[in-house]
Amino acid sequence: MTHTPPAPALLEVEGLEVEFKTEDGIVHAVNGVSLVVGMRETLAVVGESGSGKSVTALSIMGLVTKPGRITNGAVSFAGRDLRTLTDKEYRGLRGGDLAMIFQDPLSSLNPAFRVGDQIAEAIRAHSDTSKAAARERAAELLALVGIPQASTRARDYPHQFSGGMRQRAMIAMAIANVPKLLIADEPTTALDVTIQAQVLEVLQAAQRETDAAMLLITHDLGIVAGLADRVVVMYAGRIVEEATLDDLFYDPRHPYTIGLLGSLPRLDDKRGEPLRTIPGSPPGLYSLSVGCALAPRCAFAIDRCRSEQPELRVAGAAADHRSACFRAEELPGLRSEQPA
Amino acid sequence: MLRYIGRRLVASALVLLVASALIFVLVRAFGPDPAEARCRYSRSKAACMQEQREFLGLNESLPEQYFRFMGDFLQGDWGNSQRTDRSVAESVGDDLWESSQLAFWGVLVSVGLAVAIGGYSARKPYSKGDSLFTGLAFAGISMPTFWFGLITIHYLTGGLKDMLGTTEPIFYSIPNPVGSGPLEYARELTLPVLVLSVQLVAGWSRYQRSSMLDELHNDYIRTARAKGLSERRVVWKHGLRNSISPLVTVVALDFGGLFGGLIITERVFSRPGMGTLVLDAAISGDTQVLIPWMFVTGAIIILFNLLADVLYGVLDPRVRVA
Repeated sequence: MTHTPPAPALLEVEGLEVEFKTEDGIVHAVNGVSLVVGMRETLAVVGESGSGKSVTALSIMGLVTKPGRITNGAVSFAGRDLRTLTDKEYRGLRGGDLAMIFQDPLSSLNPAFRVGDQIAEAIRAHSDTSKAAARERAAELLALVGIPQASTRARDYPHQFSGGMRQRAMIAMAIANVPKLLIADEPTTALDVTIQAQVLEVLQAAQRETDAAMLLITHDLGIVAGLADRVVVMYAGRIVEEATLDDLFYDPRHPYTIGLLGSLPRLDDKRGEPLRTIPGSPPGLYSLSVGCALAPRCAFAIDRCRSEQPELRVAGAAADHRSACFRAEELPGLRSEQPA
Repeated sequence: MLRYIGRRLVASALVLLVASALIFVLVRAFGPDPAEARCRYSRSKAACMQEQREFLGLNESLPEQYFRFMGDFLQGDWGNSQRTDRSVAESVGDDLWESSQLAFWGVLVSVGLAVAIGGYSARKPYSKGDSLFTGLAFAGISMPTFWFGLITIHYLTGGLKDMLGTTEPIFYSIPNPVGSGPLEYARELTLPVLVLSVQLVAGWSRYQRSSMLDELHNDYIRTARAKGLSERRVVWKHGLRNSISPLVTVVALDFGGLFGGLIITERVFSRPGMGTLVLDAAISGDTQVLIPWMFVTGAIIILFNLLADVLYGVLDPRVRVA
């Protein structure tokens, strides 16, 4: 493993806790998440729906809205403590150094305004640019993300764009002001498989173009393998494993990660065999579990897992490989003993 | 778009034609007998009736009467009122102008207030301010127009005059026939516009609140915030632009209805207008006025329906192609 720890850090999240007050009680969406993204680094955040990935991203953007609330933790970006910023200071970062791409590109664009104008608006929000110049720049950006006849298509409305083109437009909007960090929240989930690859290429090109670091949120391990330098795996609002890409795929040290990797369909699977799944379903987040949240679904769970919360600690060979499992060191052995 | 409007105009003309036939036949068949009204004080009633029926062409069949009436109507000959003997075309024209002014200012003021109140309430749902406006809206909807009209007259003309110690009231409760100029115009229209607006704002602000509330939950609002736009721009540009379409439709429909629906407001403030006109005509059984009045208000309502559809297309690019 030649990967060096990210230095210097661009984004540091420390002990982030977010909860949502609902009529049924308080939902603990994020329960003490800490992560670091270095300059130009791509960190993937992996987990199933409801694991707190998107809420973590929105917390960094300062876009957690009622009934959600950040209850604890620190977020620092480029040396600034984001939680103490005024609204106006935060606005200066959003869409500037800190940009985000959302999951559903159709609903994320305003249906009533032209695509080019929506990009131009992002430019004008952060610099003293004339309307005409901003429009021209918007067309350039659309061309950059691979929209043919960009200056004509800039005058189209979002509904005249295909799904892939809309996501390209969202990417163009996000890189309009050359961000330092690009947060991509499931950028290809809403797209056809054939379009996914194209959009990911555009995303990578956009990242190269702007020299930005990226926080890539996804549940698709294929995308992770293609894009990420390091990976963070989330479960029930907590980080359960953190490793470089290779370590995570070849030496996973958390049963949940093992389950995720194991549930990937493979070409050499026998036909007719059922897809492998992780038994059970994720816990409700109305109350914090006493022990490990995965324990009820985990084949390797011991009594200690049900009574005590495992903390993230170094596991495996590399110093930057950490797992929140009491049995992280034994796992490789346990896996080979287990009947297939 | 132009072809669409053209198609709709042709369809509207057909609807109007069918409506006119229905109105004419129903009024003639079941409404008051015009000859009866003319001969009410005649000594030889039977002979008078016979003579008048002949004169008015009431002995012909209903279809014949209808075609003759429509022929005259389309050529601009709307006949004279039985009650006042004034040209119907002239009095409908004058009263339409009066009602239009009241409706126009009322709608203008109300749309402004409804958008502002609806937007505020949507941004701060269930806050104290929102609850206050909700309460006011229900009070406004529940309040009878005639009662609120009298209250405003009592407190805002005489009451305000006494309070300020002026010799003349600030606002008039009746149209002022003497003065002219923009100031006089405002003094005479303020109270009727106020009474009309309370009703309209009450309904429209609720409408705008829910429409805006829906839009503010959309993903593109989050995108707008993620771009670094100010909250004001997010709400009043992105949110308003999409939330306004349903309101515009409602406003256009209500606007059309106002031209014949201001009966009470016009009565309370002794204003001439379409409401007053139809009320007088109905009481005296003046079918010569009633039938053209219904044609005109019907045409206006159909026209505003069309306007609502067209505006919806203009505001929402997704419908524009259809």
